[in-house]
Amino acid sequence: MTNTGNLQVTTPSDREIAMTRVFDAPRHLVFEALTRPELLQRWLLGPPGWSMPVCEVDLKVGGAYRYVWRSDDGGREFGSHGVFREVLPPERFVATEKMDGFEGESEVTNSLVEQGGRTTLTLTMRFDSQEARDGALESGMEKGVAISYDRLDEVLASMPAQEVRR
Amino acid sequence: MGYVMIDTDRLDTTFAALADPTRRAILARLASGEASVNELAEPFAMSQPAISKHLKVLERAGLISRGRDAQRRPCRIEAQPLAEANAWLERYRQIWEGNFQRLDALLDELKTQEKKHGRRKR
Repeated sequence: MTNTGNLQVTTPSDREIAMTRVFDAPRHLVFEALTRPELLQRWLLGPPGWSMPVCEVDLKVGGAYRYVWRSDDGGREFGSHGVFREVLPPERFVATEKMDGFEGESEVTNSLVEQGGRTTLTLTMRFDSQEARDGALESGMEKGVAISYDRLDEVLASMPAQEVRR
Repeated sequence: MGYVMIDTDRLDTTFAALADPTRRAILARLASGEASVNELAEPFAMSQPAISKHLKVLERAGLISRGRDAQRRPCRIEAQPLAEANAWLERYRQIWEGNFQRLDALLDELKTQEKKHGRRKR
């Protein structure tokens, strides 16, 4: 498995994708950056050339959130939304996530563990059902990650190197 | 997020094809050399038609090609779509790493503010 920076992506089970990243900050600050709209809008932006003009967060159990991203040229836009299922500052929050225009919903668990002033964030996406997962599989990202880096690496590793053109 | 921002249409069939464990096992087997349907069916508790169905999916995704020999029609692996799928996954990782690097910078700023003004009550 190759890593970019210290971001780790794993597939703990067939219905889950997990990302783990360490931040050099206490967890109450990480929690705020993950849940306050004016802070989210500064980092949750995707590739260069995108902004997040809409970011509404009602951080309580049963409260909703809504994100919209827009390309700087104004040509493309998409959003996601969901509902908070658990809110336990500063250690954990769980929310549903549905991407506009795609079938399927996932449940995203953010768990924060602080040690020596540093915080390990684990972000786990779990698909509610086989159908939801398959719906997501049809859409793109989850599909890509769900096949698991390990498994893809297995296949790639067993191929003669010269055949894999990059 | 992230995946909608990358053009994925072309990879859809590749990922769908790779989502199945039997098809990944077939690819792993073909990585060591071409094989006929019979040879591929052997290690699996599956009928030849069931294997053929998997092979059709893999072929449609461009992950394998079949020889013209009418009798045997040997299957062989095609490297390019796999390499593209891997590159796509790497791109996805980079998008999240970009997000998290911005978050690093923001957290530095929040730490400095907190030092100056004390911990803010929410």
